[in-house]
Amino acid sequence: MNRRKFLLTPIAGALAVASLSLMQPTATVAQTKIVNVYSARHYGALEKVFAEFTRETGIQVRLSNASTQALLERLRAEGPQTPADVFFVIDVGTLQIAAKEGLLQPIQSDVLKTVIPAELRDPEGRWYALSLRYRTLMYNPAKVKPEELSTYEALADRKWRGRLCMRPATHIYTVSLVASMIANNGEQQTERVLRGWVANRPTFIDSDTRILETIAAGKCDVGITNHYYLGNKLKSDPNFPVKLFWANQADRGVQVNFSGAGVTANAPNRENAIRLLEWLATRGQDPGVAGLPGGNSEYPANPSVQPAEVLKGFGTFKADLASLPQYGPLQAQAIKLLERVGYK
Amino acid sequence: MGRVAIDSWGRPAFNAGSLAAALPALLVLLPLIGLALTWLRLDGEIWSHLWSTLLPEMLLNTVLLMLGVGATTLAIGASLAWLVTTYAFPGARLLEWLLVLPIAIPGYILGYVAMSLFDYAGPFQTQLRAWFGPDLELPEFRSLPGAIFVLSLTLYPYVYLLARAAFRDQSAMQRDAARAAGLGNRVIFWRVALPLARPSLAAGVALVLMETLTDFAVVRYFNVVTLSEGVVRLWVVQMDRDAAVQLASLLMLIALGVVLAERRLRSHARYYQLGSQSRPIAPIRLHGWRAVAALVGPLALLFVAFGLPVAQLVQWAIAEVTSAEPGTLDAVFGQYLFNTLTLSLGAALIVVAVALAMAYAVRPRGSRAEAQAGTRFLARLATLGYAMPGAVVALGVLLLLAPLNETVLGWTGGAVLLSASAFGLMYAYLVRFLAIGFSGVEASLEKVTPNMEMAARSLGAAPARVLTRIHLPLVRTGVLAALLLVFVDTLKELPVTMFLRPFGMETLSVWTYMLASESAWQAAALPALTIVLASVGPALLLIHLSRAGAHSGEGTYL
Repeated sequence: MNRRKFLLTPIAGALAVASLSLMQPTATVAQTKIVNVYSARHYGALEKVFAEFTRETGIQVRLSNASTQALLERLRAEGPQTPADVFFVIDVGTLQIAAKEGLLQPIQSDVLKTVIPAELRDPEGRWYALSLRYRTLMYNPAKVKPEELSTYEALADRKWRGRLCMRPATHIYTVSLVASMIANNGEQQTERVLRGWVANRPTFIDSDTRILETIAAGKCDVGITNHYYLGNKLKSDPNFPVKLFWANQADRGVQVNFSGAGVTANAPNRENAIRLLEWLATRGQDPGVAGLPGGNSEYPANPSVQPAEVLKGFGTFKADLASLPQYGPLQAQAIKLLERVGYK
Repeated sequence: MGRVAIDSWGRPAFNAGSLAAALPALLVLLPLIGLALTWLRLDGEIWSHLWSTLLPEMLLNTVLLMLGVGATTLAIGASLAWLVTTYAFPGARLLEWLLVLPIAIPGYILGYVAMSLFDYAGPFQTQLRAWFGPDLELPEFRSLPGAIFVLSLTLYPYVYLLARAAFRDQSAMQRDAARAAGLGNRVIFWRVALPLARPSLAAGVALVLMETLTDFAVVRYFNVVTLSEGVVRLWVVQMDRDAAVQLASLLMLIALGVVLAERRLRSHARYYQLGSQSRPIAPIRLHGWRAVAALVGPLALLFVAFGLPVAQLVQWAIAEVTSAEPGTLDAVFGQYLFNTLTLSLGAALIVVAVALAMAYAVRPRGSRAEAQAGTRFLARLATLGYAMPGAVVALGVLLLLAPLNETVLGWTGGAVLLSASAFGLMYAYLVRFLAIGFSGVEASLEKVTPNMEMAARSLGAAPARVLTRIHLPLVRTGVLAALLLVFVDTLKELPVTMFLRPFGMETLSVWTYMLASESAWQAAALPALTIVLASVGPALLLIHLSRAGAHSGEGTYL
């Protein structure tokens, strides 16, 4: 009897610990006004924005960070029982997929309808853009003249052999850029371009910041990164030796994507979630609220807000808004294509 | 009295206790069995697609990485161990301890620090270009050799610790005989010491290979597409869970191969080490430049593997703390630290509790041989969990709990087993680390001989008293060590935590990795440094434990 007790004691102890940790989240839910956010945005900046939101509204924001794709997988796995209220990612394609699969719910908000332009939100109200990002060409002015640059497609030219820095296929930025190319040029033409890129043996670097630094150091002459990485670099070092080139201005315009959010289908704190989205689309766009989007040098989704100062140097440009609705539907195709051509 | 079939309580040796012991092993095996079962519904299309795209490269890279890291850690670990056990020189004693330190830096941390220092844009190459001109061509650091470099620097201590214990245990008589036969030290090393240490070296390299198989972060930094990275890629990037599961089961096969190969090599241990109990080997004193070289060489290695990265982390952490706006960092850091400690402590308690129950049930008593056979078998099964890459374990647990989750949802109408709670995470930690907990606990329980128990019982002590007066005092150190080891391994663990952590439960390891993968190096420094510092103490404990010569036990961590 006693011996069995000895065997059982540690197991019982373990179960007690396990059940304690089981109970913990539910206990917190009951006590405070909160909103749970699944976020794929970078660390650091977002916490400050949410702290401001909490200060102004008294609603606590609980963050769970992961990559865009990992969050979607998680939302799928959890189904209707997800604890998440807000799905906040950095890729419109993923928002479209989540909406299509019924993971997001339509919300009716006059505020959001007024401040977010129609092409930057779901017609059924399931997701909304909050800050815009443009993925474009970056170059070392000591080695490349801007006249030599034109389009993403032109980087397949042999003259760029050994001179490119690219983000690997594992990142959603690469995937949606390729999706936008398929939307405009079709799969065959895109495959030719990608094969050209790969044949140029780019240096794959899984960080836009490091791509810029590697261009500055002289290893790559041209790279593709989101515009705000350069914006942020220039804020800390105005003489940072890399320049931005807006791609495809003679045709469709530079590729656009956004960080945006939607309310999950069975959000436990639906009202708080809507309130957060409305706040992020209005007060949260304020350059004074560091982080989103101004603090991160992104362009505000709300057109009545002035972009950050550093962005003035980038000038005006044309963006490819027309292919935005295709990112979600073309995502799987883009991934398969990247794999097929041997893009890392 | 039948000696064979009767245990110390006078009951048959095979009883409910043995079954209870089998239960934890089964817990570890269930998710792995689930993965293995996916072979039953093999999807030809997935495999032909994989085969025509990434699979050949993944296989090749995985094999090359294992060969590279295995060979490098063997060379570094064995030669350092030989140096500190065979020679005496100023600083040797200190060096012996210091050489373990790099084990405290997980690959995903050393990887990003090394990347920031040594890639093209880093200060090292920038300085070289300043000296030798901008056209200086150096090999690409973001490559397979780069990954081998980083993984070897963090993993060589496994080989070093085991080799050191083995060399130390070797008999002086054998070496004296060799010396009398006119053999030089170099020949003795190759012809006598190394063959004798083979089982320990094999065990060390096997640990290294398992860790290498588990890594997905370093290879991602260095653009090396491996099977482990492939599982993560298929699962979360391509969102093809079926393909991920099937690839994971392939990875499991390789891990199994490593375990079996190591067992084969190790099974000769007893044969080789028979009759090795004798006086210790007297170290050979080194003088002059030899003594200097013996100290400076390893110190240079330590500088690259530990000193430099830690110094860099400290510098970044100071810059971050002094520049960050007050409040944000503090609030987040405190919360994440708390989460990390809670999870690690929970995991340590659960793993060691289960390990204790298992070890207690299968401990030698009655027929020693029979119980030992059972122990060995169970330990072997439990070891499998440690050999499985974290992403594979996470997938297996997910596979197992997903249907259960649905059922439980029906009962409770709320609590989500998988993601709103630490349940799935704790289970995955148990699968992954039971082997570590078990080996620590088992080794200490073996010190309690059946005779002690029987003596106490025959003097009229109740079982509870036997437990508190005999067992607990004797196993306390082993249990504490096991707790500490599991605690630190959980603290450092990345893939399992990343995929199964409960909602809102950020940990230092995940935080570090995410910041580092975005090159937010300065911001990643404080959590990284915390992980490293928390691991230093236990790393030193490892060398202390290995001093006790605990290297030959079956399934023993060291």
